[in-house]
Amino acid sequence: MIWNPNKECMSRDEMHALQSKRLQKLVTYVYHNVPFYRNKMQAMDLSPEDIRSIDDIVKLPFTTKQDLRDNYPYGLQAAPASEIVRVHASSGTTGNPTIVGYTRKDLAVWSEVMARCLTAYGVTREDTFSVAYGYGLFTGGLGAHYGVENLGATVIPTSTGNTEKHIRLIRDLKVSGIACTPSYALYLAETLDKMGLTKEDIGLRIGAFGAEPWTENMRKEIEERLGLKGYNIYGLSEIMGPGVSYECQEQNGSHICEDHFYPEIINPDTLEQLPRGQQGELVFTTLTKEGMPLLRYRTKDLCTLMEGKCACGRTAVRMGRIMGRSDDMLIIRGINVFPSQVESVILEMKEFEPQYMLVVDRVNNLDTLQVQVEVRRDFFTDDIGSMLGMKKRLADRLKSVLSISADVKLMEPGSIERSQGKGKHVIDNRILK
Amino acid sequence: MTIKQVSVFLENKTGRINEVTKILSQHGINMHAFSMAETPDFGILRLIVSDADKAAEILRGADFAVMLTDVIHLHCPNEAGALGKILEQLATAEVSIEYMYAFAEGDIANIVVRPTDIERCEKAIGC
Repeated sequence: MIWNPNKECMSRDEMHALQSKRLQKLVTYVYHNVPFYRNKMQAMDLSPEDIRSIDDIVKLPFTTKQDLRDNYPYGLQAAPASEIVRVHASSGTTGNPTIVGYTRKDLAVWSEVMARCLTAYGVTREDTFSVAYGYGLFTGGLGAHYGVENLGATVIPTSTGNTEKHIRLIRDLKVSGIACTPSYALYLAETLDKMGLTKEDIGLRIGAFGAEPWTENMRKEIEERLGLKGYNIYGLSEIMGPGVSYECQEQNGSHICEDHFYPEIINPDTLEQLPRGQQGELVFTTLTKEGMPLLRYRTKDLCTLMEGKCACGRTAVRMGRIMGRSDDMLIIRGINVFPSQVESVILEMKEFEPQYMLVVDRVNNLDTLQVQVEVRRDFFTDDIGSMLGMKKRLADRLKSVLSISADVKLMEPGSIERSQGKGKHVIDNRILK
Repeated sequence: MTIKQVSVFLENKTGRINEVTKILSQHGINMHAFSMAETPDFGILRLIVSDADKAAEILRGADFAVMLTDVIHLHCPNEAGALGKILEQLATAEVSIEYMYAFAEGDIANIVVRPTDIERCEKAIGC
């Protein structure tokens, strides 16, 4: 099913025309309402009239997370305070949090794009859907919530916490779909086991998983343990929240709601736009946003864009799986390491739980990487030789994938901290000078 | 005599053995013998207790990775050469030993043996 065939299946020419029109309008709007953008454009000797089509987007300045911090709290807001009806904020682990104000129309667009996602996953008005993203400043909870309501399904605003109660609700209210982080989905599966229940007892059918990078192997693991089909949902609070892109039944990349969020891939070093198919940093321009519109926002997410009509009928550009946020990339002894690579290896080996932690340190000026992993109860044996063999198999596999050696540490099952929100997979103890 | 040994997977973390013994004592399980096989990051605690099945169930309930292993429990006189005699018998019968641990007090020595082949080991010592 397709929620909005007019937009989701638009011909490329029509989309190009729509995007061009919207970009011109957007640039005029920010030029007159956001001093930050006006100053930047004037410094580049650029006026709104120079933007004639979407292809002129390369002339426009970029926006970074640092720009949002520097203009805390409302410096990038374009709409007057009287038009803002809601504010979300991203977790500011370092420095100021990012504040995003939404107008009534922004919220309508958001629940529209969320309804597109949910429909693509197969959610209908008959479904009961649990939103287990955190409700609050984080965009996950409320964003998904209003999408489910807009679609007309029944929403259970579970949020996070009290997982046993959540599982009982899923069973008793015949909940068929759930939105949460992949980390939480795994925690849900573990709790299910502990309660002595099976996936058949709860009957989940659809999972909308996002808010953190996850691998194909993680998808298989979650699908197997919860008995559902897992779909990727992508979004970021600076642009909107969940619903920026979504997988369809084909699961060949995530369709971007291009009529609202214009994607580009750039080379993060030269800032040049790259042709479709090449990997680089994902950049979004919010074509229709009123509250805090952004020009060419650098997401730091690394992926590729794919063109071509999908077998599902949608025509929108698709983004490949996120390799990782460039912020998540570790440089260990000069080699780039993504936690997702380690995840993929661990999930290939049935001896280990899908929980892991990378501990990076520097000893005598040499970087060290320790990979902590939990041994599955069924694979524990009294024979120390087999246990060491298990450890060596993982170390060898990691070395061939990462090109650096990692020290594997076998941990007791259940000993690595479980996350109900975004999973934490890295502890970096290096003091970099 | 073949008996059941409880093996517990432990991370090398201060106080971890203590937790195992505490849980067992709370359930009135007495430990007769134990040994610890260790590597730099993990260890395997091997226990001979008054009720192996119950101990395994309780420890599993407390989220430990546990396994029951058959081992051979032997007595021999606490005197020079007694253990040697037994090992001789095993060697002759071509029984290899994965690990063993022993303790002697008074006139008696207690030995726990984990052979690669339990049946062959039983036959060799005639128990």
